[in-house]
Amino acid sequence: MSTMDFTSVDDVKKRLEEVGYLASDAVATTVYLASELGKPLLVEGPAGVGKTELSRAVAEACDASLVRLQCYEGVDEARALYEWNHAKQLLRITAGRDETWDEARTDIFSEEFLLPRPLLTAIRNDGPTVLLVDETDKADVEIEGLLLEVLGDFQVTVPELGTIVATRKPFVVLTSNATRELSEALRRRCLFLHVDFPEADLEERIVRLKVPDLDETLAASVVRVVNALRALPLRKAPSIAETIDWARTLLALGADILDDEVVRDSLGVILKHADDVAKARSSLDLDQVLSPS
Amino acid sequence: MTAPVTDGDLASRLVEFVGALRSKGIPAGPSETVDAASVIDVLGLDRRELLREGLASALVRRGGQREVFDMTFDLFFPAGTGATQAVLDRDEEMNLDDLRDLLAMALADDDARALEQVAEIAVDLLGQVGDPDSPTGGWSAYQTLERLRPQTMLVQALGLRGQGAGGQGRGQSQGQGSTPQVTDRLERDEVRRNVERFRQMVAAEARRRTAEQRGREVVTRHAVRQGSDRIDFLSANRQQLEELRTTIRPLSRKLATRLAARRRRAQRGRIDIRRTLRRSMGTGGVPLRPAYAKPHPARPELVLLCDVSGSVSGFSSFTMLLVQALSDQFSKVRVFAFVNAMDEVTDIVKDTSGDLGTRISQEARITKWHTSSDYGEALGDFAEQYLEAVGPRTSVLILGDARNNNQDPNLGALHDIAQRSRRLFWLNPENHLRWGLGDSIAPVYADVVEMHECCNVDQLSRFITRLLPV
Repeated sequence: MSTMDFTSVDDVKKRLEEVGYLASDAVATTVYLASELGKPLLVEGPAGVGKTELSRAVAEACDASLVRLQCYEGVDEARALYEWNHAKQLLRITAGRDETWDEARTDIFSEEFLLPRPLLTAIRNDGPTVLLVDETDKADVEIEGLLLEVLGDFQVTVPELGTIVATRKPFVVLTSNATRELSEALRRRCLFLHVDFPEADLEERIVRLKVPDLDETLAASVVRVVNALRALPLRKAPSIAETIDWARTLLALGADILDDEVVRDSLGVILKHADDVAKARSSLDLDQVLSPS
Repeated sequence: MTAPVTDGDLASRLVEFVGALRSKGIPAGPSETVDAASVIDVLGLDRRELLREGLASALVRRGGQREVFDMTFDLFFPAGTGATQAVLDRDEEMNLDDLRDLLAMALADDDARALEQVAEIAVDLLGQVGDPDSPTGGWSAYQTLERLRPQTMLVQALGLRGQGAGGQGRGQSQGQGSTPQVTDRLERDEVRRNVERFRQMVAAEARRRTAEQRGREVVTRHAVRQGSDRIDFLSANRQQLEELRTTIRPLSRKLATRLAARRRRAQRGRIDIRRTLRRSMGTGGVPLRPAYAKPHPARPELVLLCDVSGSVSGFSSFTMLLVQALSDQFSKVRVFAFVNAMDEVTDIVKDTSGDLGTRISQEARITKWHTSSDYGEALGDFAEQYLEAVGPRTSVLILGDARNNNQDPNLGALHDIAQRSRRLFWLNPENHLRWGLGDSIAPVYADVVEMHECCNVDQLSRFITRLLPV
């Protein structure tokens, strides 16, 4: 039944860590369950907390191939499932002028002229596969119906070829930024994981893992400042990706402690809106020349 | 789990748990329950935190329901029964001062485990109410916090940090000489957040102990809060209103996509029967080429008339901010506020600085000689001064509870507004069972305009996506 060869929650944690992904209890447990129960995993959360990165890490940890379907408004069956290679079919017809229609017809609807798209690729793959359906909420409602069918039975019907059933169930990860409510039917078929900003300890470990050259105490300070910023009513709260960027910036600047000037100059790395920067400055008292203490 | 649980027992507890979640607005069906059961099967009961995450992944289907889930989980799958180890281990003569010292240390330390232990001891020591053996007895978080007063410990905890007693390298800034660091200024906020965490721990512990005595069902019904989209506007406290405010931006994005989708569908054109039939004359009466109705060229305009008197101000300001966040979905949004005089507040709502309620009461003229709400007077004002704001493309929303303090309803003015506008809705934050009771004249107004009950965010967003003309 299980799609990946994890043996326990701790095993998930350990193997994800080996490929550079520090998973919280919630993430590790849900990944393990999704693999054991053979259910798709629906991951929601703010941008930049490592939703997409999770599927890459799972693929790498299990030596599986990663198949990615990027959703966007207007993505359709031909982009997601399969398509016939029309140009090649035409060439084939013109090349074989003397044969009968019946011969040509059976030939041009064969494997050779089929262009598999991500969903079909993932289902036909014999080895372990991780299928990532990225930003599912951007796609139209019609695609959700298609996903339901594919993710429910893990089979695809191509009228000319017959039904293709997955020999080995892929590990499916759907990500969503919650710009649109996904349908109840799709949610019901998935295990739900809400990834939020990590606890301070975990984030500190992440920073140290990604930016190993950074001073230990500085890493702790960075995480503290970022956590304080998240408590402010900002338009876009800084996420892990921004924290790591900031840590790299500080390393490049050669800063060894966080003083007012360094923070003021590099605030643009973590905050992406002008009024957020202004708000952060005033609440952290950065504009004061002399700090009151 | 301390006691071994037999299978039948576990299954019925799970079903009971799902039932409790349902009563709190988490729509978990039988298939979710089956999923949850297989989760327990895979994970086992040995590790409570993993079980919590696992069950959450199977039962909770969207963000924002997690808090409710966690509270209910704590009641149905408690970490232990009765007094905890920390309580049993404590000194017999421990008094309030000792406990406060312990708490200050835990706050300074940033140590979640220590905070939890202090919370357990505190509830046991200070929180008991009623006769311990009677069914009405229990443990009160409120009483515990009143006696312990954790908010007064800020200075003490900060002092402990400064001494380096904080451990864990938290006090390191002192070790690096006098260079001021940005992180120094965060300490106060961090301790404050810890105090907040401690309060929640006390509340959770009190719920757990009380549930043992009075049954899980009673506690679930009364002590577990509703999810944020079901908080009643009228009974929400300050903190809940704050919480609601943070949901405005994600909510507005969601509503905007839904409105845009409806608009796209609307534009794809209905068939214009009259023109299609006319065209079919050329093909012998067979409608070969259908003619489509022209799409509406402009986005609708929106006018809000908001009662901002004390009773409904929470609802009004939430809706004003939400509509402002949605303003790019409408060609024009104008907002008017009133208690018993009407004044335009569009600019105040646009400017996001400061608290909306206070700024409106300071900067706009919303009262005349008295301060209780008078709908008839305010509507009359509007019909007199601002009627030009309403045109054939305008949808007008009136927000208020229609409690008129026994004044004249002035249906004539309301009728004028209804005549000029495209649609007129009244959103009433009161439960419809209470319409018409006391000084409410909601039924009178409901005869003239379409009145909708709008008690919580859920109902409000349903109204905006389904009914508002696009």
